[in-house]
Amino acid sequence: MKTFGKGVAAFATAVTLLCGGMAQAQGTLRVGMTAADIPLTTGQTDQGGEGMRFMGYTVYDSLIEWDLTSADKPSVLIPGLATEWSVGDDQLTWTFKLRPDVTFHDGSPFTAEVAVWNFEKLLNDQAEQYDPRQSAQGKSRIPAVASYEAVDDLTLTITTKEPDATLPYQLAWILMSSKANWEAMDKDWEKVAMSPSGTGPWKLETFVPRERAELVPNTEYWDEERIPKLDKMVLMPLPEPNARAAALMSGQVDWIEAPAPDTIPAMEGNGLVISSNAYPHNWTWHLSRLEGSPWNDINVRKAANLAIDREGMMPLLGGLMVPAKGFLPPSSQWFGNPEFDVTYDLEAAKALMQEAGYGPDNRLKVKALISPSGSGQMLPLPMNEYIQQSLSEIWIDVEFMVVEWNQMINLWRAGAADASVDGSQSINFTYFIQDPFTGLIRHLDCNLIAPNGTNWGHYCDDEMQALFEGIKTTFDPEEQNAVLQKTHEKFVNDALFLFVTHDVAPRAMKPSVKGFVQAQNWYQNFSSISIEE
Amino acid sequence: MLSYLLRRILLVLPVAFGVSVICFLLVQIAPGDPLTAIMPVDATAEEQAAMRAAYGLDKPLPVQYTIWIGNLVQGDMGKSIATGRPVAGEVFGAVQNSLLLAASAAVIAFPIGIFLGFLAGYFRDTWIDRGVTALSITGVSVPNYWLGIVLVIIFSVNLGWLPSMGAGPGGSQAWEWDWAHMRHLILPAVTLAVVPIGIVARTVRALAGDILTMDFVQALYAKGMSRADVLRHVARNAAATALSVMGLQLGYLLGGSILIETVFNWPGSGFLLSNAIFQRDLPLLQGTILVLALFFVAMNLIVDVVQAAIDPRIQRT
Repeated sequence: MKTFGKGVAAFATAVTLLCGGMAQAQGTLRVGMTAADIPLTTGQTDQGGEGMRFMGYTVYDSLIEWDLTSADKPSVLIPGLATEWSVGDDQLTWTFKLRPDVTFHDGSPFTAEVAVWNFEKLLNDQAEQYDPRQSAQGKSRIPAVASYEAVDDLTLTITTKEPDATLPYQLAWILMSSKANWEAMDKDWEKVAMSPSGTGPWKLETFVPRERAELVPNTEYWDEERIPKLDKMVLMPLPEPNARAAALMSGQVDWIEAPAPDTIPAMEGNGLVISSNAYPHNWTWHLSRLEGSPWNDINVRKAANLAIDREGMMPLLGGLMVPAKGFLPPSSQWFGNPEFDVTYDLEAAKALMQEAGYGPDNRLKVKALISPSGSGQMLPLPMNEYIQQSLSEIWIDVEFMVVEWNQMINLWRAGAADASVDGSQSINFTYFIQDPFTGLIRHLDCNLIAPNGTNWGHYCDDEMQALFEGIKTTFDPEEQNAVLQKTHEKFVNDALFLFVTHDVAPRAMKPSVKGFVQAQNWYQNFSSISIEE
Repeated sequence: MLSYLLRRILLVLPVAFGVSVICFLLVQIAPGDPLTAIMPVDATAEEQAAMRAAYGLDKPLPVQYTIWIGNLVQGDMGKSIATGRPVAGEVFGAVQNSLLLAASAAVIAFPIGIFLGFLAGYFRDTWIDRGVTALSITGVSVPNYWLGIVLVIIFSVNLGWLPSMGAGPGGSQAWEWDWAHMRHLILPAVTLAVVPIGIVARTVRALAGDILTMDFVQALYAKGMSRADVLRHVARNAAATALSVMGLQLGYLLGGSILIETVFNWPGSGFLLSNAIFQRDLPLLQGTILVLALFFVAMNLIVDVVQAAIDPRIQRT
């Protein structure tokens, strides 16, 4: 009987240990990124949205963050390292209450003084901790910030150059790294890069440049809901799409970003799961509004938008696209109710072209800048050829100027009036449109005409400028959303771009990857993921 | 021999200088802004100018070259614009991996190429010759990145025998010979070996075939020498030229494997070079090209010296 009792006890202990072990051990997620290198690890990441996704909101936090918990509705801003914020009567001075008891991975506390130190690392080139590499990534994201001050340990004030209600969106870009860690690393950012310290839900454990980064859970993370379930997440740069697909199908990684559309049937045939969702991204032709540009005629702009069969383009992309109804995806909270219906109507398009003075005997010639590849560009060559063919139906003959992606970025910065674009009247570009400034304002603001900003087409309109001012001076979020809707309605009603499609951020993964909720956002939450053995 | 060696080494210096000038200028005239990779796409003109000044890219080209070459002779290859890491560390780490891959491919390619070439040369104008010729032409003609993808589909995706990418578990570990690392090496090395197999086989076939028809071979047979001894003489006569071809192939294997390293995500100099090109990372691009070019120069030097040692007539030419 005694022996039986011992046996039961041993069995119970074994079951307890086994179950406990199972609860804790949730596996390793190996991710094949599209980046050619591990994104910058010091805090402010490079490699665009992917850098922020994998090395930003994993290892670090910002004062204000995106809600990444829902796949069904557009993401909104939520408290991060700041629990609340408000703007003063002068509409310039913002006060942020910081989250208490937050510590960096090295154990040092996060305080208002550390937040100020982080702003200095980006904005003050005289500061000891100023880092040109992080500054290059972060400075242009916070154009409103004029000054900042630590009032006490948990109170921070930021003063803006002019009233700017988009400040919370801007601050969602700025990630906080540890001052204590920087000092411990001899005040050398290169050393920090190898051994970084943030307050985020993941800690960087191993870093082999250009090959892999291994992240482990921060079990002390301030938000218990976001303490990662996995044992480890391994990030591997795999820039070549075929290499990514082969790595997933041969079992070397569990998850890849941006599978090429033509590999998706094979992946699905192998039992792999394709995940996608609408997110703030668009694929457009940005039109020149310089004097003499044919796109100055609203009839031509509307006709071009009506000449493209977007549904017909879907098979080209394996169905992984959202046909554009405007500049923002139809699911966006800022879409509004535009009167101009962006659809496929060839007869209406032809009528508009004839009204503009064009026809079979008087065809319009336009020149378009395109690239053969590039970050977020989807499948630019076949997609542009599709557009070229579509526009030829309404007597618009498109001549392409094809340049490599890196050069394309330079030509985009230079603007439509620059000699380097060689008279091109449009540029095919994909845009990050997650916040009011990067999404809408920067493309059409009179004060940001290239090369002083990214208003490539030199568009300037009093009514639009007033709407932009309205966005910046409307501090109530609901009222601000209403202004943003009106702004987007004008984008669409005036057919200010050739709206084509939105990407859906496809990623492919093994069926053993559980718990992933793909937010309608450039960033994602990896804390909920586990691996089913 | 010593004077030949000294003369040959002295010739390397102007070549190295010329290589450095070409490396520096070639990457300068390529379109695109080297700072694009590290600046947000919407950086203002003012921010771009500040970054350009911080990296010394606002200075005239001769000044930039003088600074670059001055630092280079002190062993400082600068820092990568894209990553901020020292170029020397990046390049030498990658070159180690490429050397490992090139050496493995050479170990596969040269014995097979020599054997097949000798076989075809000996049995000239027979079905063996025609078979080897067809094989070698196929080897030279097949795009090796395509072959790499086919091998990945067969051995990684379908059979699951070998990994499709990377240099080993836990990141690259050059010169690790355990099975966990070796299995990462097999597919890229085999893919890379196919072209040199074809080239070496064709070269050796032509050499062996020609030598076998020479009068001295008939004389050796007439003197009653065994077939094995005659073939040894033939091999020695063919060795100098074959060695020269293999030396050049080794150089190509190291520097010419960009596509193979991309297909297999092999962290070597070819992969580094392609990343540096796409990122317009001037210091990294210049450093990588220079090291590869100097390796090529060194390989030529070694081949010349070994050739001269094998065939003393070369020292007099």
